Amino acid sequence: MENHQTETFIDIHEFCINHHVDISFILSLQQSGLIEITTIKETAFIDASMLQQLEKIVRLYYELDINIEGIESIIYLLQRINLMHEEISILKNRLRIYESNE
Amino acid sequence: MTFVDYYKILGIEKTATPKDIKIAYRKLARKFHPDLNPNDNDAKKNFQQINEANEVLSDPDKRQKYDQYGKDWQHAEQFEKANQEQSSGFRGQRNSNEQSGGDFSVFFESMFGGTEGAGRGRQVKYRGEDYTSQINLNLVDAYKTHQQTISVNGKNIRITIPAGIENGQTIKISGHGSPGINGGPNGDLYITFYIANHTIFKRLGNNLYASIDVDLYTAILGGEITIDTLNGKVKLKVLPETQNGSKVNLKGKGFPVYKNEGQFGDLQVTYNIKVPTNLTEKQKELFTELSKS
Repeated sequence: MENHQTETFIDIHEFCINHHVDISFILSLQQSGLIEITTIKETAFIDASMLQQLEKIVRLYYELDINIEGIESIIYLLQRINLMHEEISILKNRLRIYESNE
Repeated sequence: MTFVDYYKILGIEKTATPKDIKIAYRKLARKFHPDLNPNDNDAKKNFQQINEANEVLSDPDKRQKYDQYGKDWQHAEQFEKANQEQSSGFRGQRNSNEQSGGDFSVFFESMFGGTEGAGRGRQVKYRGEDYTSQINLNLVDAYKTHQQTISVNGKNIRITIPAGIENGQTIKISGHGSPGINGGPNGDLYITFYIANHTIFKRLGNNLYASIDVDLYTAILGGEITIDTLNGKVKLKVLPETQNGSKVNLKGKGFPVYKNEGQFGDLQVTYNIKVPTNLTEKQKELFTELSKS
């Protein structure tokens, strides 16, 4: 049911062509640690599991004019929000045990 | 269909310059962009509205048409219809899907003939939108792996729900979201489960907790009681002189561990000793005798 990703790589050049983004942008994302690039036989790839995150970054950069530093902060804050949502969910479930009427 | 004030949506004056429009759009887009507001349907709706407003107002031709007919778009339509009929000489019935009720997209399409012409000028492959859905289960359903068919955007999807799913847990079904644009991959479907509990058991993670009544005589003298679990009945030995509030841990009688077949949490039983009521005279005498011994 859940998608168990096998090791599938996406050619960065292909990604750049399809998304109309410059390769230098992808490389600057790598430098800032936002994505990881794997090089196989001199061709640069990203892991398919990173695609969604990379597309999100592209949207933030090109659609909202947010610079890479801003994107780094946003990604970090979104991760924190996500963790907090999970924590809230756990706490809510724990609270239910003390509530007599459900 | 109600008139949609695109200027109001972007919070700008009718005299706004293209630069003003761009600034206003960017500001609102940063606030309501779905990437920045995950799982927020209100933000998504707002983003669609500001996007639509931007599509119209940032395009000089569309803006001109909107400014010219916008508020009186109904008259504009009648005017255009009359023109078409005059020029073609055809007086057939028009197949219109117009509906009243303020549908935003209907307004947009009536003005600009759908969103196809409103492209961004580049054939970019976009990943389809993610869909979200929710399934309500009860605790007994969540105890066993089972299948359910759900309808998402008119399409039936059969999913397997693994035993042990948590209340509030979200699972992803890849590729079952909106189709990709220009050959991009499909979005994903996210399903959140809400589990109602109408049983005597309280659940905390994989462990279950229950309070079981034990009569006074069994508690004092010891004996055997039968209790219900989510997986049938279980016999329990009650030790002599069991105190009220005593706890017994039944290993492996709790909730299944999610995606770990054959593994279960524990069931913790708390004894609630019931003192008899409506005693007969004889019973009272016996208790009196006991109290003196």
